[in-house]
Amino acid sequence: MCANPLIVVEDLAKTFTLHNAESATIPVFDRLALEVSPGECVVLAGESGVGKSTLMRSIYGNYLPTQGTVRVLHDGTYVDITRALPHQVLDVRRRTLGYVSQFLRVIPRISTLQLTMEPLLENGVDAEEAQGRAETLLSALRLPRAHWDLPPATFSGGEQQRVNIARSFIRNYPVMLLDEPTASLDAENRAIVVTLIQQALDRGAAMIGIFHDSDVRDAVATRLFGVSEFKAAA
Amino acid sequence: MTARQNEPERYYNYAYLDEQTKRMIRRAILKALAIPGYQAPFGSREMPVPYGWGTGGIQLTAAIIGPDDVYKCIDQGADDTTNAVSIRKFFAKVADVATTEDTAAATIIQTRHRIPEQALTEGQVLVFQVPQPEPLRGLEARETETRAMHAYEEYGLQYVSLYESVATYGRIASTVGYPTMIDERYLMSPSPIPKFDNPKMNDNPAILLFGAGREKRIYAVPPYTSVRSLDFDDYPFETQTWTEDCALCGATDSYLDEVVLDDSGERMFVCSDSSFCSDRRAAGHVGSMAGHQLATLDKALV
Amino acid sequence: MTTATIERSPSQAVAEIGQAPPLLRVSNLSKWYGHVVGCRDVSFELRPGEVLGIVGESGSGKTTLLNAISGRLPPTSGVVEFDTSRFGLANIYALNEPDRRRMQREEWGFVHQNPRDGLRMRVSGGANVAEPLMNLGNRHYGQMRRATLEWLDRVELDTSRIDDKPRNFSGGMQQRIQVARNLIHGPRLVFMDEPTGGLDVSVQARLLDLLRELVRDLGLAVIIVTHDMAVARLMAHRLIVMKSGYVVETGLTDQVLDDPQHPYSQLLVSSVLQI
Repeated sequence: MCANPLIVVEDLAKTFTLHNAESATIPVFDRLALEVSPGECVVLAGESGVGKSTLMRSIYGNYLPTQGTVRVLHDGTYVDITRALPHQVLDVRRRTLGYVSQFLRVIPRISTLQLTMEPLLENGVDAEEAQGRAETLLSALRLPRAHWDLPPATFSGGEQQRVNIARSFIRNYPVMLLDEPTASLDAENRAIVVTLIQQALDRGAAMIGIFHDSDVRDAVATRLFGVSEFKAAA
Repeated sequence: MTARQNEPERYYNYAYLDEQTKRMIRRAILKALAIPGYQAPFGSREMPVPYGWGTGGIQLTAAIIGPDDVYKCIDQGADDTTNAVSIRKFFAKVADVATTEDTAAATIIQTRHRIPEQALTEGQVLVFQVPQPEPLRGLEARETETRAMHAYEEYGLQYVSLYESVATYGRIASTVGYPTMIDERYLMSPSPIPKFDNPKMNDNPAILLFGAGREKRIYAVPPYTSVRSLDFDDYPFETQTWTEDCALCGATDSYLDEVVLDDSGERMFVCSDSSFCSDRRAAGHVGSMAGHQLATLDKALV
Repeated sequence: MTTATIERSPSQAVAEIGQAPPLLRVSNLSKWYGHVVGCRDVSFELRPGEVLGIVGESGSGKTTLLNAISGRLPPTSGVVEFDTSRFGLANIYALNEPDRRRMQREEWGFVHQNPRDGLRMRVSGGANVAEPLMNLGNRHYGQMRRATLEWLDRVELDTSRIDDKPRNFSGGMQQRIQVARNLIHGPRLVFMDEPTGGLDVSVQARLLDLLRELVRDLGLAVIIVTHDMAVARLMAHRLIVMKSGYVVETGLTDQVLDDPQHPYSQLLVSSVLQI
């Protein structure tokens, strides 16, 4: 593709320093570089503990890299997540950079439907339309209608994960980070998620994903990226 | 003022207060007149009556009275209550002034909690006795805050009190000491006069002086100043009304006192302004209970 | 499956976060009580629609900081600037007192930890909530009463209790009255000092939900002081961590809580009990 990459990671390094454990340092990766273009789904490969999640969180701004830059194409210009002002990062996350985590951080008393609608409401979509779209997506993910008005706190892991998916795919984020989005889903639901991912890629989204399930990985990956190649010296 | 010729030397200075005190009070009066509704502090003195008995009004009168004045003193509209008589005698003695019950004839009228029915004219001074000069005191105990509110024209709190009244009673229920805006700038307590009297203050040709002896404040409304009683757009200010007329003189437009006549609950309504009532009776007006013994009580006019 | 609909331009609140000038700017703020330090050299900016959390333990200086930036405590040094509607970006302590008081009344809200400090206990709940409207010059009883009823409803209080005095309500309800009182006049910036401290957990949860919704719907900027990390996680977009009067760390909430850099932040986060 000739389009500009939507994510440009350069010279990224991350080392954790635990000050309260006699300043133990945990180096993760060093001099990491990665570019993702529209329509690409780059799957992070490597065994557990190599830093796949850490890389993803560093790109999202959830972790603070020790060094390097993470540039995301936002409103036509590149924003360096590692150096941008907090409100700029929040704006990028709100409109451009979506993140599907393994865990649904549950806010008490907010219903499944509300949770799903929230990203739309935050972006100026009117409530009625947001609700309609949310209901469509929740149906597609085969979440029982009876559960829509309930907060997901008591749902099973698989159901919570599907709420997570709904919340992340309700909008067309140009860039998406997917951390084990199909963990705890059965085969049928995994297939639905694969379809959602493929549709997003067809629309030109750029994705970085971590998938333990090989079927899903094979269905969506355009290429693999080995995080262990950038392992930091201890 | 010096003693008149051929008069025995006074034990007290003219009008009781020494000249320096009068000067201090006059300065406060001038300041108060220059800033209508503003509470000017003054050095309140020990008077022959304790605090709470009209020392503020007495000090104001003492500061401005002269031998050519004609002095009237009323208490809740009546010239003949014990305290009104006392104070009138006091000034007759220490200021050598003529006294009167006739509102039109007086140059200085000192009043506790009423404004005479008879309209005032230019050149007259009405001196009010004030227990609590601060209209917001009941809502805000801190003097530091109320001073700031007046200085910065922050009067929202007064409307909170009116709101509460409407919420509780369905109307603004204050009947006495109803808050007023002076010259659209200062919030003022008109002293505990009935709200019936509030409209009389607006654009009045006379000088209105207010004195609080215990609280040590003087405030004033100069002639022809706007005095507006506070209200809501949808709950406008209303004065009291009676279905009855004055039983003695038949007046339909004066403030009426209710007098209980006997143990069975018989009552009559009489003009609160005793001088106004007797003038009307003298002019031939009669009320439904004209001839009642109340009308013939001898008043020992001093 | 998801139909691609054209998204309208982001709400005013969203757009504002992206492009607006700062609503509040604090520069090198310090406050000493004699030789005892309150807070030292604090600097940050706040934009419309942002929620900033100030966290730290007792004695960290967070209340001092909150009082200084809300115009209630002149600092020893440093500047607090607010984008006032009448004068533009102005040093709040350079304003004369009536102007500053007016700004505090008309453009700000301040929710105290103890509702008794933020309410008039001797007048009705309704009067408390209507007062800011009266301060703004509203003179129509019926209109104000309607607005008050709307707000009581919005904070999920029984509207039939509009004329009850605050002392007849529970602590959580008193706090809701305080919230309504501080939002009815449409402030652009609201300060909150441990607004849920002292409330039962379930009551706290409901109040926080309410606050989150209001922040989102009204595009409010909020500065919230708390020692409760869960409240910070829930409410704040950004955090400032204070210790002994200093700001030891600042950043996006999720970053400070998930990847704390400073030893004290790491200690704070690791001390929070997970249930």
